[in-house]
Amino acid sequence: MTVRTATSVTKGDVLPGRTISVTRATLVRYAGASLDFNPIHWDERTATSVGLPDVIAHGMFTMGAAATIATEWAGDSGRVVSYTTKFVGPVVVPHDGGAEVILGGTVTAVDLETRRVTVELTATCEGAKVLGRALAVLQLD
Amino acid sequence: MPLNVQAVGLSYPPTAPYVVSAAKIREFADAVGATDPAHRDAAVARERGYGDVIAPPTFAVLIAQQCDAQFVADPDMGVDFSRVVHGQQTFQHHRPLTAGDTVIGVLHVDSIKLVAGNAMVTTRSDLFVDDELVTTATSMLVVRGEDA
Repeated sequence: MTVRTATSVTKGDVLPGRTISVTRATLVRYAGASLDFNPIHWDERTATSVGLPDVIAHGMFTMGAAATIATEWAGDSGRVVSYTTKFVGPVVVPHDGGAEVILGGTVTAVDLETRRVTVELTATCEGAKVLGRALAVLQLD
Repeated sequence: MPLNVQAVGLSYPPTAPYVVSAAKIREFADAVGATDPAHRDAAVARERGYGDVIAPPTFAVLIAQQCDAQFVADPDMGVDFSRVVHGQQTFQHHRPLTAGDTVIGVLHVDSIKLVAGNAMVTTRSDLFVDDELVTTATSMLVVRGEDA
């Protein structure tokens, strides 16, 4: 895998996106991997008791999944200098069928001097934004 | 008990060391769908100049949440955990966390804003390996008020 060069990138470039399937099993796996065992992410009785419509995905799961759009495009996941997002909407994950999250990204800035490129990542579920102003800065070659 | 707004500027003692393992990196990469072979194959990672397999960019949350837990669980802070919502998250990486790193986190309470009955708490976890700052993870937690 070679690392993308900053000179090959233009503001407005659209990164390859993808749609991911999120099920309860996805969330249990993420809970175990991240050690975030908040039951609103796997137990619907707990989720509804605090006013949620159903079990919701960890915000950090979606942030982590969206990062892969930028890192796969960059060619090296170690090139993320900074990454920020607001959590603006939940991914509601019903027992049957789970949810679909559409991930994408667009280049919003290119600094040829430092070879740093800013990518705005997007994640939407049922037509609504999950991440708000998700910006990853990547150190390219 | 209401949230203790006097906590702004407070720092907590360094956390117990967390050793980043190749197995945990692989688990985390699998869980977020990160396919980069540098998360799984040390030879690939070394070819790119890293010491061992590298963690995905949001892996640091695992350690940062252990730091945040000090604040959330601090009886002097008055945080009702069932009312905490994650509002915002930022990572600044000086290099990727790497298998074999022994990480120590230092938690700072940077700001507390009261907005419409909710408290917006910004905490910052500085993660050090051998006294070198490797990653800063900043979390904004919304603590919903009793009537919110």
